[in-house]
Amino acid sequence: MGVIMNAKQKQRSKVLTKKQPLKGGQAVVKCLEKQGVEYIFGYIGGVAIPIFDALLESKIKLIMSRHEQGATHMADGYARATGKPGVVLVTSGPGAANTVTGITTAYMDSVPVIVLTGQANTSVLGKDAFQEADIFGITMPIVKHNYLVKRSEDIPRIIKEAFHVSSTGRPGPVLIDLPVNTTAGVCEAPLDPDVDLPGYTVSDKVNKSQIKEFARHFKGSQKPLLLVGHGVVISKAQKEIKALAEKLNAPVVNTLLGKGGFPETHPLSLAMLGMHGTAYANKALINCDLICSIGSRWDDRINGNNEEFCIGAKKLHIDIDPAEIGKIVKPDASLVGDAKAVVAELIKYVPKLDTENWLKEVNFYKKEYPLSYSLEKGLTPQFLIDELYKITKGKAIIATDVGQHQMWSAQFYKCDYPDHWLSSGGLGTMGYGFPAAIGAQFGKKRNLVVAIVGDGGFQMTMSELATVSINKIPVKILLLDNNYLGMVRQWQDLFFDKRYSGVDLKGNPDFVKVAEAYGIKGIQINSIKDASKKLKKALEHKGPVLIHAETIKEENVFPMVPAGKSVHHMFLEAPRSQA
Amino acid sequence: MNANTEQKIKKNIHTVSLLVANKPGVLVRIALVFARRGYNIDALVVSPTFDPRFSRMTITAQGDGSTLDQIIKQTAKLVDVLHSGEHNEDDAIHRELALVKIKNIPANRRFITQLLKRYKATVVNEDDKILIIEQSGTTKDLDELEKNIKKYGVIEMVRSGKLVMTKGREET
Ligand SMILES: Cc1ncc(C[n+]2csc(CCOP(=O)(O)OP(=O)(O)O)c2C)c(N)n1
Ligand SMILES: [Mg+2]
Repeated sequence: MGVIMNAKQKQRSKVLTKKQPLKGGQAVVKCLEKQGVEYIFGYIGGVAIPIFDALLESKIKLIMSRHEQGATHMADGYARATGKPGVVLVTSGPGAANTVTGITTAYMDSVPVIVLTGQANTSVLGKDAFQEADIFGITMPIVKHNYLVKRSEDIPRIIKEAFHVSSTGRPGPVLIDLPVNTTAGVCEAPLDPDVDLPGYTVSDKVNKSQIKEFARHFKGSQKPLLLVGHGVVISKAQKEIKALAEKLNAPVVNTLLGKGGFPETHPLSLAMLGMHGTAYANKALINCDLICSIGSRWDDRINGNNEEFCIGAKKLHIDIDPAEIGKIVKPDASLVGDAKAVVAELIKYVPKLDTENWLKEVNFYKKEYPLSYSLEKGLTPQFLIDELYKITKGKAIIATDVGQHQMWSAQFYKCDYPDHWLSSGGLGTMGYGFPAAIGAQFGKKRNLVVAIVGDGGFQMTMSELATVSINKIPVKILLLDNNYLGMVRQWQDLFFDKRYSGVDLKGNPDFVKVAEAYGIKGIQINSIKDASKKLKKALEHKGPVLIHAETIKEENVFPMVPAGKSVHHMFLEAPRSQA
Repeated sequence: MNANTEQKIKKNIHTVSLLVANKPGVLVRIALVFARRGYNIDALVVSPTFDPRFSRMTITAQGDGSTLDQIIKQTAKLVDVLHSGEHNEDDAIHRELALVKIKNIPANRRFITQLLKRYKATVVNEDDKILIIEQSGTTKDLDELEKNIKKYGVIEMVRSGKLVMTKGREET
């Protein structure tokens, strides 16, 4: 279908270019069409009007958010769920500034997002014109690349470059600042120009002899461990990773964003490692004699204390970004390249390893230290997520917000499929989950998309209920309401003598009524007894639903490795004095 | 400052040469990479190259040696950077230019002329009150002349910052 549309578009643009020269705004939209853009998530303002105006004649669907942060997270969610760049369109000044959190979120997690911002006329730039903000300067440290357009005729080249840079290599956000005179003025440049990126190279070639050399490092390992990161998901290397793990007979741990890179229900999977990872993943980390990271950047939430990280184990690193090699961990050997391409080749050369004893050992950890929760205390978030997992058979696309519920989701919603797990890992952005779920649902119409959010984070972007309502987006929102900024309360509980400061969410609204006010179905869950039934009912509902679950208030996430400590300091439950 | 700490600081001075696309904002992007990682830029030269599409940046900066690898990789990663690398005295020619304005005191002239000869420096401008001296050489040459000429009354000094070019066939 995409092909037919493209042909039609081509025809349309031919007719148009013959008749009259395009305006810059029209050129923007034509170029986006050429890139196969289906949706633009946006919010209008004065200097963005020429682009919005051109959208009236386009197949591209404009999705109006209620806040630019929401629009940016929607584009991010769309990109993570589909693998295609998400596009944002906002106005200058405050509109552009409101995208900063979303751009940083996308940057930290390597997500291809294209942000188009309106800008004041080039003739007044630098003169504090109305709604002039130097968004080009503001976003420099949080984008893969950005542009300030000075002339209409540069628009086609810049848009083409932006999509190329954003979606190749290690993906990332690209911002294009478009002064109003460049979009209102005539653009006579061809719509398919050559790109001019002499400094941009993507390492996509695999060097066979290097890979052979790298493969030799696995020889003799008795306790190998594979660490799967977001890079595997981005590169769509699941099959290759599975083949590698099975040939090596090596257990696999994954990062928060690596969920889906290797099936978490696979017998070799030890699921998520790190601060709130499974005890068995972390114990494997302590005891392995070789660890090979594929597409992970050894973030401090998985390393804890770098000095004590995997002491004595051989460290191998595969990453597409050469700057990640040696940044945190000095590897014994490394390969730069795309995970899929590199691992496909690597499989040929790695030896079959005898890991029978090692697998016995990690299986013992699995049995001895399973993830668990109590049914005695009342309605817990863990129970609800576990139920959700069972009812959906692990097949839903999950978008989480940030906090305790995020960690419980990572623990109890096991993920077997790539692009089914959306979460703000690097930045930890509260307010991300709900709009990301909306974006994902736009990209994946047929899938069940569930946003798992906390009562704190949901209130940061819940105005997007309007977006859901208007577009009849059937997302399901599981709101785990503990009446607290739970994750921070947990830190105060464990490390600050229970001195709670700034974590009480007194004043929460009646969330079911909030949903209903937007014309969205609201369901209330208060007890274990009818939880499953109500969850099922909510998930079967055709349209959007907000499930408001009032859980017990002071549940903590375990296991936990305290910040900055090595995994040796992991505790499996609250220290005695806290119990 | 004792000799030991002086030496330590010297050790942490690095010269990085970058070939960049001649596009707006590229200098800021590079400066951000240095600043974010605790590097203090001592000298920075941006100049045209043989090819008008590109510029050359030579940056002399102080900072932790273990961070340098990251700085080079992170700058190399920028879309507008074609190449980034560190250079030392062994692999490259290093040059700086200095202009020094000193008091023109006839009684000192003889000593000054001797100094200038020793450091291959020349007087490029003078009147009855001042002399402007131009010197090009290594950082060490410039530092030495500066030290020796101080006593004759230096009014001001401007240094260009370092330029480097790799020796042999390889391009910088
Ligand atoms: C925008 C933003 N502000 C502050 C924080 C710090 N923070 C991390 S988790 C958290 C609590 C989240 O509370 P809630 O959304 O209710 O989720 P819970 O932890 O209770 O499940 C806070 C305040 C953050 N991550 N993001
Ligand atoms: Mg909460």
